[in-house]
Amino acid sequence: MAWFKRVTPSIRTTDKRDTPEGLWAKCDSCGAMLHKKQLEDNLFTCPQCAHHFRIAPYKYFSLLFDEGECTEFDQNLRAADPLSFTDTKHYPDRVHDTIEKSGKTEAVRNAYGKCEGADLVVSAMDFGFIGGSMGSVVGEKIARAADRAIQLDAPLLVISQSGGARMMEGAFSLMQMAKTAARLTRLGEKKLPFISLMTDPTMGGISASFAMLGDLNISEPKALIGFAGPRVIRDTIKRDLPEGFQRAEFLLEHGFVDMIVHRKELKQRLAKTLAMMRVEV
Amino acid sequence: MATKVVLDFEKPLVELEAKLGEMRHCLRSSSREQAPNEAEALQNEIGTLEKKVEALRQSIYKNLTRWQKVQLARHPERPYTLDYIYMITCDFVELAGDRHFSDDKAIVGGFARIEDRVSGFSQPVMVIGHQKGRDTKSNLYRNFGMAQPEGYRKALRLMKLAEKFRKPIITLIDTPGAFPGIEAEERGQAEAIARNLYEMAKLTVPVICVIIGEGASGGAIGLGVGDRILMAENSWYSVISPESCSSILWRSWNYKEQAAEALQLTAPDLLSQGIIDRIVPEPMGGAHTAPEAMAGTLKGILIEELSALLPLSSEELVNSRIEKFSSMGVWNEEG
Ligand SMILES: [Zn+2]
Repeated sequence: MAWFKRVTPSIRTTDKRDTPEGLWAKCDSCGAMLHKKQLEDNLFTCPQCAHHFRIAPYKYFSLLFDEGECTEFDQNLRAADPLSFTDTKHYPDRVHDTIEKSGKTEAVRNAYGKCEGADLVVSAMDFGFIGGSMGSVVGEKIARAADRAIQLDAPLLVISQSGGARMMEGAFSLMQMAKTAARLTRLGEKKLPFISLMTDPTMGGISASFAMLGDLNISEPKALIGFAGPRVIRDTIKRDLPEGFQRAEFLLEHGFVDMIVHRKELKQRLAKTLAMMRVEV
Repeated sequence: MATKVVLDFEKPLVELEAKLGEMRHCLRSSSREQAPNEAEALQNEIGTLEKKVEALRQSIYKNLTRWQKVQLARHPERPYTLDYIYMITCDFVELAGDRHFSDDKAIVGGFARIEDRVSGFSQPVMVIGHQKGRDTKSNLYRNFGMAQPEGYRKALRLMKLAEKFRKPIITLIDTPGAFPGIEAEERGQAEAIARNLYEMAKLTVPVICVIIGEGASGGAIGLGVGDRILMAENSWYSVISPESCSSILWRSWNYKEQAAEALQLTAPDLLSQGIIDRIVPEPMGGAHTAPEAMAGTLKGILIEELSALLPLSSEELVNSRIEKFSSMGVWNEEG
């Protein structure tokens, strides 16, 4: 296919915008000063305290796919403005400005390629695009990723990184929860694995739809995962929230994720597990 | 009625109605002693005022803003799920519990029969809905219609039971949201709602969802995946409440009217967005002004919809339900 391409080169431009300026970055968690090279070698995790920096979709693509090689698909979907929504800003302006500023086109990117030699479809969300919020484009792209997995007879991995629904699309954004869940049932029918990787944050309509529906639910360490936001809960119950509340370890403890996996081990763990999940014909 | 709740925009109407009442009282108590022509004058005045009241009533209720509809959807006298169940169905057998943790009183459900003597229609159904309370005590008992994960799991258990015994499912949606609490998160509020979306998409029996009052976000759609989605005329359904939307996007609680307009969350809005299939018309002034009439309308519509869905095969139902939700969303695709 002519449109087969490496993702890495085309990504250099967005690279700058996603990682802190300069050669040194401070770990948000332990405060360690980390050299950019060191950070990259550690897949954007802190070598001191294992803090996972939030990374953009292409970084997941390059760490998951063999030689970072993959084919992106459905890049041409852009947000519409079905409600002519205006808060303090027109929604189309918000989208346009975000595209201009970030170089991203939406809050999710789809790609397929080989992971340890086996086909894999990945849908990776991007907090850097309006908080990773799910509107019609995100819903449609995740639904299409499920279709692509069926077409390729491959497992689907969805990497969540989102504050929740895209309010500016009103009920349309709410319906994406039902839409993504409904389309995933077709993947299930084909006995193709659906893996959900929850990264920081996986909240609201994301966790209450596809993110919690994995045959395997995996999380990155310390990721914030939940239905209601901590602030909303605090305001409702009028008491302090326990230490570690809604963090990945809390969800593991309460039985909602299968494992917490360090980014450096993600590919290997994923490939190994998927190999065992394959239905033998 | 003891204490009638008056919404702010209804005040001019209520004041005028009170004046009309006074004049009628005046006419009744004094007409015998007064000169016939004076009584006649009063009678004329009453006639004029009656017309004025009617005109005002029409102009208020036919031009409701989105925020005013939200207020009607939350009206404390509005019929709730159990009211509809008792008015529409017979032989209701309430079922309880999720078989894992507890019985959530914010969601009720059970087998019931919808019967129409005239047409001979008689159909057992599973009816499930959010349940609000009417006073402080019952609101605490019902948690204001805000379900815990157990509520969604109970609902799913009942839906599976309906599927097993080939009975259609009717869900009545009326919630200010799924409960945001520590325990709700511990027990997987997100997972419970997500699971319902997934399983409801696959149910092999007809599913009709009706938004009867408030359809707030994930807590609403957790009962909202069906073959036919209906909305009461003065209900609302959206991704967030106008108040929360205001606080997040405007960083202030004062923009709820604007937020309601921006969100386009009323029944006519959602019909034009293709998200719902049908509006259930309400009596003038809202469902609470004539609950029996409202229930009668809803019952008629439910019988119509059930009659259309019951002949469909399981495969037809599931396929078209998935297609239905797949078609929801608006985006641009370049190239
Ligand atoms: Zn660190």
